[in-house]
Amino acid sequence: MEHYNMNLTLKVWKQKNSQSKGSFETYKVNDISSEMSFLEMFDVLNEQLVHDGKEPIAFDHDCREGICGACSMYIDGQPHGPWQQNTTCQLHMRAFKDGDTIVVEPWRSSAFPVIKDLIVDRTAFDRIIQAGGYISVNTGNAQDANNLPIKKQDADDAFSAAACIGCGACVAACKNGSAMLFVSAKVSQLALLPQGQPERETRVLNMVTQMDKEGFGNCTNTYACEAECPKGISVANIARMNKEYLKAGLNTKE
Amino acid sequence: MALDSKIPQGEMDKKWEDYKAHVKLVNPANKRKLEVIVIGTGLAGASAAASLGEMGYKVKTFCFQDSPRRAHSIAAQGGINAAKNYQNDGDSVFRLFYDTVKGGDYRSREANVHRLAEVSAAIIDQCVAQGVPFAREYGGLLSNRSFGGVQVQRTFYAAGQTGQQLLLGAYSALERQVALGNITQYSRHEMLDIVMIDGKARGIIARNLITGELERHFGHAVLLCSGGYGNVFYLSTNAMGSNVTAAWKAHKHGAYFGNPCFTQIHPTCIPVSGDHQSKLTLMSESLRNDGRIWVPKVKDDNRKAKDIPEAERDYYLERRYPAFGNLVPRDVASRAAKERCDAGYGVGTTKMAVYLDFASAIKRYGKIEAGKPGNEQADEAGIIALGKEVVKEKYGNLFEMYEKITGENPYETPMRIYPAVHYTMGGLWVDYELQTSVNGLYALGEANFSDHGANRLGASALMQGLADGYFVIPYTLGNYLADDIRTETIPTTHPAFEASEKAVSDRINKLMSIGGTQSVESFHKRLGKIMWGKCGMARNAQGLQEAIQEIQELRKEFWSDLKIPGEINELNPELDKAGRVADFLELGELMCIDALHRNESCGGHFREESQTEEGEAKRDDSNFSFVSAWEYKGDSNWELHKEALEFEIVKPTQRSYK
Ligand SMILES: Cc1cc2nc3c(=O)[nH]c(=O)nc-3n(C[C@H](O)[C@H](O)[C@H](O)COP(=O)(O)OP(=O)(O)OC[C@H]3O[C@@H](n4cnc5c(N)ncnc54)[C@H](O)[C@@H]3O)c2cc1C
Ligand code: FES
Repeated sequence: MEHYNMNLTLKVWKQKNSQSKGSFETYKVNDISSEMSFLEMFDVLNEQLVHDGKEPIAFDHDCREGICGACSMYIDGQPHGPWQQNTTCQLHMRAFKDGDTIVVEPWRSSAFPVIKDLIVDRTAFDRIIQAGGYISVNTGNAQDANNLPIKKQDADDAFSAAACIGCGACVAACKNGSAMLFVSAKVSQLALLPQGQPERETRVLNMVTQMDKEGFGNCTNTYACEAECPKGISVANIARMNKEYLKAGLNTKE
Repeated sequence: MALDSKIPQGEMDKKWEDYKAHVKLVNPANKRKLEVIVIGTGLAGASAAASLGEMGYKVKTFCFQDSPRRAHSIAAQGGINAAKNYQNDGDSVFRLFYDTVKGGDYRSREANVHRLAEVSAAIIDQCVAQGVPFAREYGGLLSNRSFGGVQVQRTFYAAGQTGQQLLLGAYSALERQVALGNITQYSRHEMLDIVMIDGKARGIIARNLITGELERHFGHAVLLCSGGYGNVFYLSTNAMGSNVTAAWKAHKHGAYFGNPCFTQIHPTCIPVSGDHQSKLTLMSESLRNDGRIWVPKVKDDNRKAKDIPEAERDYYLERRYPAFGNLVPRDVASRAAKERCDAGYGVGTTKMAVYLDFASAIKRYGKIEAGKPGNEQADEAGIIALGKEVVKEKYGNLFEMYEKITGENPYETPMRIYPAVHYTMGGLWVDYELQTSVNGLYALGEANFSDHGANRLGASALMQGLADGYFVIPYTLGNYLADDIRTETIPTTHPAFEASEKAVSDRINKLMSIGGTQSVESFHKRLGKIMWGKCGMARNAQGLQEAIQEIQELRKEFWSDLKIPGEINELNPELDKAGRVADFLELGELMCIDALHRNESCGGHFREESQTEEGEAKRDDSNFSFVSAWEYKGDSNWELHKEALEFEIVKPTQRSYK
């Protein structure tokens, strides 16, 4: 891999807190190595800002390995930036070239209010899980794991859905701010597994009700969520959830 | 205070059964009146909180991330061990126990390790019941793989995302209890002090990281599940926020710190690429199931890997350790890589890397696939393509991660890897009940020192975190709280809460008012350089003495020239980090003191003065067969307490993987 250095202009959303109105600020960063990650480039910028006595830019991050789901930047009009199936923390600067201007915003959705700069409040996702994203089994109540064989295909599909990192890119990508991909991934995982059957119907009904309560928008099947999902969660999960929801609705009305 | 490890009497394999049979119980009506604070929502914290909530205790959980699901456990890749013997390869509770004591280089407490092995199987059952999608075979049963330091296949996994799936399982159990009203969850909150009343831990001071406000929370007991402190080295595989603060505050209130110098350096990580580097990325140990590690046979060989013929490659692990080959334990593999690189055989631009090569695995798997019906036509290229598919199914996400970071395709060219700080075996000293030396204060998961001795085996941290949370603390905490049922909730207007909050607030004000010129980050980097250079993979007396001096000076500089922008009463990540680095600057000194004192090599602790002729770690059992438990006595002042280790079952010998 050839390495190179670049000078960049950044237009970054700055917002003091949830009450204040934000605006874009322009920054210059120089001598950025193509080997750096996008967040390391932000580290350089923040060091520079601290050095100049200015406030650094606040952003969420933790694992920097694409798995915790904390990082959440809307880069040049795309959640997590230009690379496919990738998180902000795994985006590397070789995606950019010398002289580029990069625009960075927080997730935009009424269900994810901005807390500061690029940090938003995603606790709505926790509350959706609280509504039913689990199997009700107390510690110590389990039978031997191999007493419950599960078809490999089902296990694999459940795993693919369970790979969701809860970052919220799907919501940010959607023009309606819908959380269908997130919710359907959890509903699918548990609907595919035998352990999930007893609560299959109440789960989907309660999670969808909570999702609506949180103010997420409707799904109009644009599939922007799938295209921007860093973990490649499939919209097939949404179709499955719609079916689950209909079936559950019919059954509970009887 | 004398150390009492409270190991139950009786035969090794009866201790835990006996303990459970005789432990004090708390009746349901009383449980509802008892409040428990859980710091941390990783595997240890989430599993503990969920289980205690289910039992009827009133629980509060705290984490500094925006959701409990983002705790660092989420990043664990390779797998979790359990003595299920599903592969019929001779595994048993005894073997898991034995492997762990030996792997820890005979510096762990046998009784704890035995209990860990005993409960390991139930962990897998519990996780499967929660819907954790472990990898399965075509017959629908669970799949296993091998990790280092063992000769059986006992590791359960979910691709390279085992920690994620286990944590999401525990998180879902936690959220269920939140919905039921048994747990109150505080995210974006950082615990900054333990509140002590009458010699017992009775609550905490936490800072709301959004508003900067300090909050007081009462608890009949406090559980620290706050993870490891590898970030004292600045560069590590830990998440950026992982820190020692919670454990350190406890330490200052009398909780002894156990074996602080025992650090695990993981052999297979992506090498440092430059000064900008903010963290290091692990390439899971599971890769050593199929990857072969090598360097060129001649020094300073600048040819590309593929241009170096087979006969000119040195598969040094296979050469030195034929019995375990590429699957030797981590400490051994790391030192061997360092030895080759220091001797001038390293590869890549920095020469501080070795190859991890999948070419032969791809060929081997390809041939197996080609032998299956329908694939008979495969030619050489076809076989390779089939083999790549198999490797992709096993390690796809790790290969992708490698390519994103380095820009190189590991299916075509071998990975370049180098050891990096990964895990801390040391931590708060706890007794058999996981109680620290402070009454009512417990430590679980990576935050305690308990089960891994001087070196942790792969896939055993997830096991330990969940064992502590699901299966140990539900019993041992009751034993303490049963005597506490008459203690009413203490109002947080109590003078102890007031004093504690004031101390926290004073310290924050002090940090903010330094008004110097250097950033937190720059101090952290400098501390990391000292630690890695002098208290890293190899340590010696002179270097450690220098390090102690340098850290003391750096700490002085920190407190006189630190610059923190922004305000106290707002979201201020620089301030959060300053508090954590201030604690690392104290911990670093204690680690060096401990490493200096332990004048032997064992596991990950390699004192250059103490090695065999072949350069292996040489223990000194007659002088150092103990746990070092350090008591805080004031600035740069600690008193050492020793917990003697007695080995009833696994008799210490020179560890051999040859
Ligand atoms: C990259 C990587 C891969 C790994 N892979 C494996 C593997 O395959 N198998 C294996 O067995 N082990 C693995 N490990 C080790 C294992 O993941 C950890 O040891 C384990 O997950 C630690 O769990 P824990 O619950 O103790 O702590 P953590 O998961 O680190 O959780 C700590 C919690 O404490 C909270 N916290 C910390 N301080 C405070 C404070 N002051 N106030 C409030 N909250 C606080 C945090 O918010 C967090 O919720 C891996 C580690 C790494 C780094
Ligand atoms: S920081 Fe964890 S996914 Fe990006």
